[in-house]
Formats: sequence, C-alpha cells, structure tokens
Amino acid sequence: MSETRNAIQDIWGPRTPYHGTWPLRENERVTATPDHWVQSACVLCSNGCGLDIGVKDGRIVGVRGRAEDRINHGRLGPKGLHGWEANHSSDRLTKPLIRRNGQLEEVSWEEAMRLIVERSQELIRQHTASAIGFYTSGQLFIEEYYTLGVLGKAGLGTPHMDGNTRLCTATAGAALKISFGTDGQPGSYNDLNTTEAVLLVGHNMASQQTVLWTRILDRLAGPNPPQLVVIDPRRTYTAEKATVHLAPRAGTNLAVLNGLINLLIEADQIDHEFIKAHTVGFAELRQTVEKWTPERVEHLTGVPADKLLAAARILGNSKTLVSTALQGVYQSMQATAAAVQINNIHLIRGLIGTPGNAILQMNGQPTSQNTRECGADGDLPGFRNWDNPDHMEELARLWNVHPDKIPHWAPPTHAMQIWRYCETGSIKLLWIQATNPAVSMPELARIRRILQQKDLLVVVQDAFLTETAKLADVVLPTAIWGEKTGTFTNTDRTVHISYQAINPPGEARADFDIFLDYARRMDFRDKDGQPLIKWSTPEEAFEAWKACSKGRPCDYSGLSYEKLTGGSGIQWPCNEQHPDGAEHLYTDHQFNTHADYCETYGYDLVTGAEKQPEEYKANDPKGKAIILAADYEPPHEEPDAEYPLWFTTGRVVYHFHTRTKTGRARALQEAAPEGFVQLSAEDAARHGIADGDLVTVESRRGKVTEPARIGDIEPGLVFIPFHYGYWDHDEHDKRAANELTLTEWDPISKQPHFKYAAVRIRKA
Amino acid sequence: MHLGNYLGLLDNSEKQITKAFAQVSRHHKDEPDIEQMCQKLSAWSREHRGKLVPYLQRYSTQQSTEPARLKHELFSAARSGSLGLIRDLHDLWLLTQEVQLSWAVIQQAALALRDEELKATCAFCSARTKRQTDWLLGRIKQAAPQALVVAD
Ligand code: SF4
Repeated sequence: MSETRNAIQDIWGPRTPYHGTWPLRENERVTATPDHWVQSACVLCSNGCGLDIGVKDGRIVGVRGRAEDRINHGRLGPKGLHGWEANHSSDRLTKPLIRRNGQLEEVSWEEAMRLIVERSQELIRQHTASAIGFYTSGQLFIEEYYTLGVLGKAGLGTPHMDGNTRLCTATAGAALKISFGTDGQPGSYNDLNTTEAVLLVGHNMASQQTVLWTRILDRLAGPNPPQLVVIDPRRTYTAEKATVHLAPRAGTNLAVLNGLINLLIEADQIDHEFIKAHTVGFAELRQTVEKWTPERVEHLTGVPADKLLAAARILGNSKTLVSTALQGVYQSMQATAAAVQINNIHLIRGLIGTPGNAILQMNGQPTSQNTRECGADGDLPGFRNWDNPDHMEELARLWNVHPDKIPHWAPPTHAMQIWRYCETGSIKLLWIQATNPAVSMPELARIRRILQQKDLLVVVQDAFLTETAKLADVVLPTAIWGEKTGTFTNTDRTVHISYQAINPPGEARADFDIFLDYARRMDFRDKDGQPLIKWSTPEEAFEAWKACSKGRPCDYSGLSYEKLTGGSGIQWPCNEQHPDGAEHLYTDHQFNTHADYCETYGYDLVTGAEKQPEEYKANDPKGKAIILAADYEPPHEEPDAEYPLWFTTGRVVYHFHTRTKTGRARALQEAAPEGFVQLSAEDAARHGIADGDLVTVESRRGKVTEPARIGDIEPGLVFIPFHYGYWDHDEHDKRAANELTLTEWDPISKQPHFKYAAVRIRKA
Repeated sequence: MHLGNYLGLLDNSEKQITKAFAQVSRHHKDEPDIEQMCQKLSAWSREHRGKLVPYLQRYSTQQSTEPARLKHELFSAARSGSLGLIRDLHDLWLLTQEVQLSWAVIQQAALALRDEELKATCAFCSARTKRQTDWLLGRIKQAAPQALVVAD
C-alpha cells in the first residue's frame, strides 16, 4: 500500500501557489504495485479529474492522477483516491433477479430480458409506448445515453424519458438555454487561473469538487489572489475562505441576487455598450431589481446591508469574474430565476467569452452533462429544440424514421411527472438505471409506495442491491466504471475517455450491452426495415453520436477515441474550426439565440409556460443574449408555530450521492460513517440538546433521528446530509434526509426543492 | 353609457376565475405543480379585481339597469382524475378567454374616454391574463396525450 498523501485527513493536499503554471503534483494511491495502468477519469463528481487505473492480476489496485490532464494536472481528491474500492466490494450484483412470491430470485439473463420485452410489447399493444418510462442517471457514458435516447425516442417512441439529472443539473441547463439560447457552459475551469473574483452561489465547491477547489486555494496562496464572494446559509469549508460570506435565509436566493444586481446598476458598474449591442431585456431587469435596496434585502434575507454592499463592490470592481452555482440555487425556491440572475450579472457587466470570465452552472454528477446532450433526459440530442419542426426532421433523417415516430407533441415528460404518472397508474413499466430514487428523491415514503405499486413493473439496472433495487421486480446487474469503455464530459465541456480495465464480476453486463440487447429483442427497425440501432461497440456508438452532434453547439465531430487516448481530455466544440476544442463559447458575443438554432423558444420565468414559436420568431434575438428577470416569491412552505424551523440538505466531503460506491470504500466510510443533524448553539440550547445527542427532526412528511452536530449554521436552520439511507442501516430507524423533503419543483427546470422545508426538532 | 355594466361583468368574471383557480388548486393538490400554480394564478386574478375597484366607483353612476343579464356561471365544481384535470384546466382556459375579451372591451372604452389610468390597468391585467392562458395551454398539452390515450 502506498499513497502520496492521506487524503482523508489532508483533503486538498499541500499548497502549490499558482504562478502562471500548474506545478506537477501526481496524486496516487495503490494497495499493490500495478502491472499496468489504464486511462480513465474519475466519476465521483462533475469535475472529471483525469486518472489512470492501476491493475494487477485482473483487479483494480489503485489510481493515479494524470499529470497531462487539463482538469486536474495530476491532482486527485479523497473520493477519487478511494472510491474505486467499491468495484471489488463483495456485495456486487452478479446475476439478474426477478421477484417471485415477494422475493428476489436469481435468474438467467434470458429469463430477465424476456420478461421485460414481453411486458413492453404487451403494454405497447394495450396502451402505446407512453405506458413505459425511463428514469436514468448522471453516471453512464455518452455511448449508453445516446443508445438509450435513440431506442426510447425512435424505437419505442415514449415521451417519458428523464433521469436523476432532473434532481441535479436541470436548472443549469434551463438557465443556460434561457440566457444564451442553448445549453453549454460559456467558460472554462482555466478562467479560475486568472480571474480577479469568484462568486459561488449555493455551491460548496470545497466539499463537492475538491480538486477544483485546490485551484482556488492555490490562487489564494499565490500572487494576486482573487476575491471570493460566497452565498451559502452555512459556514462551509468554502465559506471559510470567503472575502465576503453572505448567509441568506432559506429560499431567498433571488432576493439577494436582485439586490446585488440593483447595486451594480445603481453604481453604474455595468457595460452599457455591451448591453446595447449584445443583449435584449435590460430595461425589465432594471425595473425588477430596483426595489431591492440593501435595507430591503437585509429585512427579508437576514443578509446585513453592509455585507451586500461589500459583495457588490467586489463584483462591480473586478475586471474579470468567474461565477458558479450549484444545488443551493438549483434545489431551492425560484431556482431557474436565480440561476438566470447569475448569468445576468455577467451580461450586464460584459464579462463573458474572454479569459478570466466564466459562468459555471455546475453539474452535480460526472456525466450529467451527457444526459442533457444525448437525449437521455427531457432534452433532445444535440441541444435540439423539440418545438422546432426542422430540428425534429433532422433527427428523423439521422435515424431514418418518420418524424412522427419521435414524440414531440409536448415537452418531454420531466422526472417528477414520470413519477406522478407511475403513481396514478398510467406508466406501468418504469426502468431505472444507475440511480437510487428510494433515497435521493423527495418525500421518500411516497417514492417507496410508488415503487411497490402492484401494477407497476419496476426494472432496476445497478451494480448493487440499493434501497431501490430491493423494491424492484427485475434487477439487472451492471458493469461499472473501470469495467467498460466509454466517454463522458465534465462541467467545463472536457471530454474524457475511460477504458475498460478489468472484467465485471459474475454475469454483470455494461448498461450499453443491456440497451443493445433490449433493442435487438424488441426488433426496433428504421423506415427501410433495417435495425434502428446500427452500432454494436462503444466506439461505433461514439461515431454515431458525433454525427448527431455535428453542427450543434456540443459538436464532437472532431473527436475520436484515438484523439482522446494518451493525452489530456479535450473540450467541445471540437470540429474543423476548433480542432483542439475551445475554452470559451461566445468569443464574438454572438449567442445561440437565433430562432432556427436555439434550443428553446423561452419560458415565462414565473409560470414556466413555454413561449410559442411565433412569438419568439416575431422578436428573434438573432444572436443577442436574453436578459430575463423575475421578482422574489416566498417559498410554499415556511416555518410556523407547529414546524418552527427551516430545514435544508447538502453533502459531506467524503461521500457521493447515496453512498452506493463511497460507502463501500473503507476509508471514506470510516471518515463519515453516519449522518447528523447540524443546528445552531441557540437552537440546541433551547431544546436541551448537546453535541452528539440523538435528535428527532420531523416535517409534515416524515421524521428522522440522527446525532446532533452543533455550530457553523444560522439559528433557525437545521441541516442533514442527504447521503445516508438504509442499505447498511436498519430501515425502520429512519435517517434519510429526504424523508422530510417536499414534493414540489421549479416551474421551469422542474427541479425539486430539496433546500427548504419546515420542521420541528426534539431530543430523542 | 354601459361601461359600468361591463366593468361589473369583468369584475364578476375575475371573481369567478379567482374562485375557480382556487378550487382547482385545492381539488388537485396531489398534482403539486397544479396546486401551487393555480394558487398563484388565483392571487393574480384577485389582484386584478382590486385594481378594478376605483373604476367601478368612478363609472358606477353610469350603470344601466340590467347587470344580471351579464352574469353567468362559468365554473361549477372541480372534477377528479387525469381526465377531470384536463377538463378543469380546459374550463379555466375558457374562463381566461372571457376575462381577456372583457379587458379588451374595456380597453376600447378607456381609449375613447382618454382614461390613461384605466388604459394602463387594462394593459397590465390583460398581459397577465395572457400568461394565465399560456400556462393553462401548456399544461393541457402536456397532460392530454397521457390522459386521453394511456390512462385507464
Ligand atoms: S474532484 Fe471529483 S472528479 Fe476529482 S477526484 Fe475528487 S471526486 Fe473525483
């Protein structure tokens, strides 16, 4: 066993101050000397650190960071250095399972697939393909998503395809579409190398993307450190480093952001020429924010006026700015409206498309960018517009099917609605891949009830018997990272290849092969009677995806497996114009808003109603960015006499999602073995709670009991990390944060509101 | 002059739509987006009624004698199930048309009277009514295929 550092204790590693280049720092951790290394990248957050997998005797024995990779320059964090241990966990699923007489029993692949196919065909006959829904993931590869997208949209023709990305990055996508016409991050991680200021909104980067955070730490340790504005209700690791930390009350992000923009406009720290030449909608923004004086913001959000002014001064005086947002924005009230305000800060200051300027509407999961790009969720492949008949024609031509085969009569069904259709019984087959809704969805009692509904056939494709798989009717064992080959894209558009290093255990199969098998058994055909899916290897699937993406913003046509092998990850767009990828989109300040190119015709920011094509075309922004604004609205559930405290959820540094993998990596599990209830000293004293006491937290939807952790949080707010469920814990002793959360969602992005609810607490 | 009557008609329609949105919100509370959006849209209509008050006073003396004829029930009771939801949204959509048209009629009168204030109120409220209509149409389009083709 050897490791370059103990990343559990030393999360971010030693400082290597940034002086214009990234000093080499190759982090490695192996339990034995590998006989060879296999190129890959980490899949335990959206950062996408390049790494090599060390293999000895057909087993993974460790990882090392890839020094040549543009994302991490060799650095790895605790999850990356330890998470691979899960591959060899003794409780991997190795055989398909079918529920018989209430019990999951081992069966052959033939039996399991036959059951799924027969049920699919029967449902199509009786109810059309709209009785079938898919709930996929942010963990698969491009090749898998694209195959799934094609088989679902052009094979079955079901509108019900979405993923857990709805819980994680839907708002990022929605906000980018609204402001710039299509999805796609305008900047790059490299902008952090030179930027004068960083605005982090609801994004605990230090805990989530630890390696990205080391960039900021190394900038802070070097000359000309950037100033940091952090908006977060908790004093997180990230907030500790802030120049100015604003801690607003739950659900008030938009009021704070409106207040900041108001101050920028009042101080005239805006780029009038840019606004005039490259945007539409500024007047409405000004009108919306003008009443948000610092005093008013303070009154509503609890953020002191002088702190708001200090933050605005940083944002207004910096010549370059990187802004990031994550779940604190996306999973809270007015998610899309708030995320759009972050875009607007850059638009009114003209800070976009140039070095040092980036908006990173972060993704949560490693491959959720691809779920959005490839059409495996509520979006169409290649950021196409479902409401634009020409885009639908393009897809139909590409897949050689009749355009009407592809559902486009309404926006694709979002995840929350898919679950609702399951609940009301009109979706009768729900196929879940690589995600664990029985812990990650809001209001878990309801989700468990739906999963057990009699007339719903639940298929779960996973590597472990998760809380969700335990409730399934069919379980398909899958190969995971390191056991299959594919590509994926991180938050800053960097595409990595991840090669198969070892064989999957037992009969486990790659998701890719499961989809191909289903398509073959269902005998999906194109217009000419040829098989709809014409590829059988991941590389062929990648080539097909390249053709689909060509000419769209996420253009992969210049990439190939060969090009991705050996060096660094490469950013899209990668094509003739940008053979080595592009660090910035919109360098000429021409945005993707042309009516014939855009991904959406826009939304009403308050009701979420989709704008009609004619309306959009009548005022075609033709390349100008769109400034939209909405006023603050109070959350739908607020503390009252019965449930007097705010509740919010979030993450800890050592775990990812529902711990399916990180909980099976020994050191990560030991570092954070159980959840906790974080509360302020004031609230603890009021209830006679001491550090470590068991506390019961109760909302209108359920209750959980966990030990208390006191401090670093505003009075009136209670926090529980969302990682902890029941696969390694008595399921009667409720502890999952989502027992308490609300079933409701943002009207535009449809992302659920995990970040606020009203609760009461007592000592257990 | 019949402006007072028509304002009364509009007031009645906004009252009914306020009530209807609230009813649908309560009745379909298992559809969380319906519950919340209908609550919000009900509040919008209530606000519109508030804005009508000064004009109802200003033009009340000119009411003709038969306002009753201009009132009719537009929405009775909410229905259940996925089809019921569509029919409720369908009725709400029709109600917004009634309201929208009334605002258009009043706006014409406001123009003829050069009542700048009333004109501005008409512009504000009719724009918001259109947003109600748009949301309803979008939600109906989303729900219709599943309710009509797939649901039992
Ligand atoms: S920052 Fe993310 S991608 Fe990088 S090593 Fe950590 S978990 Fe993996």
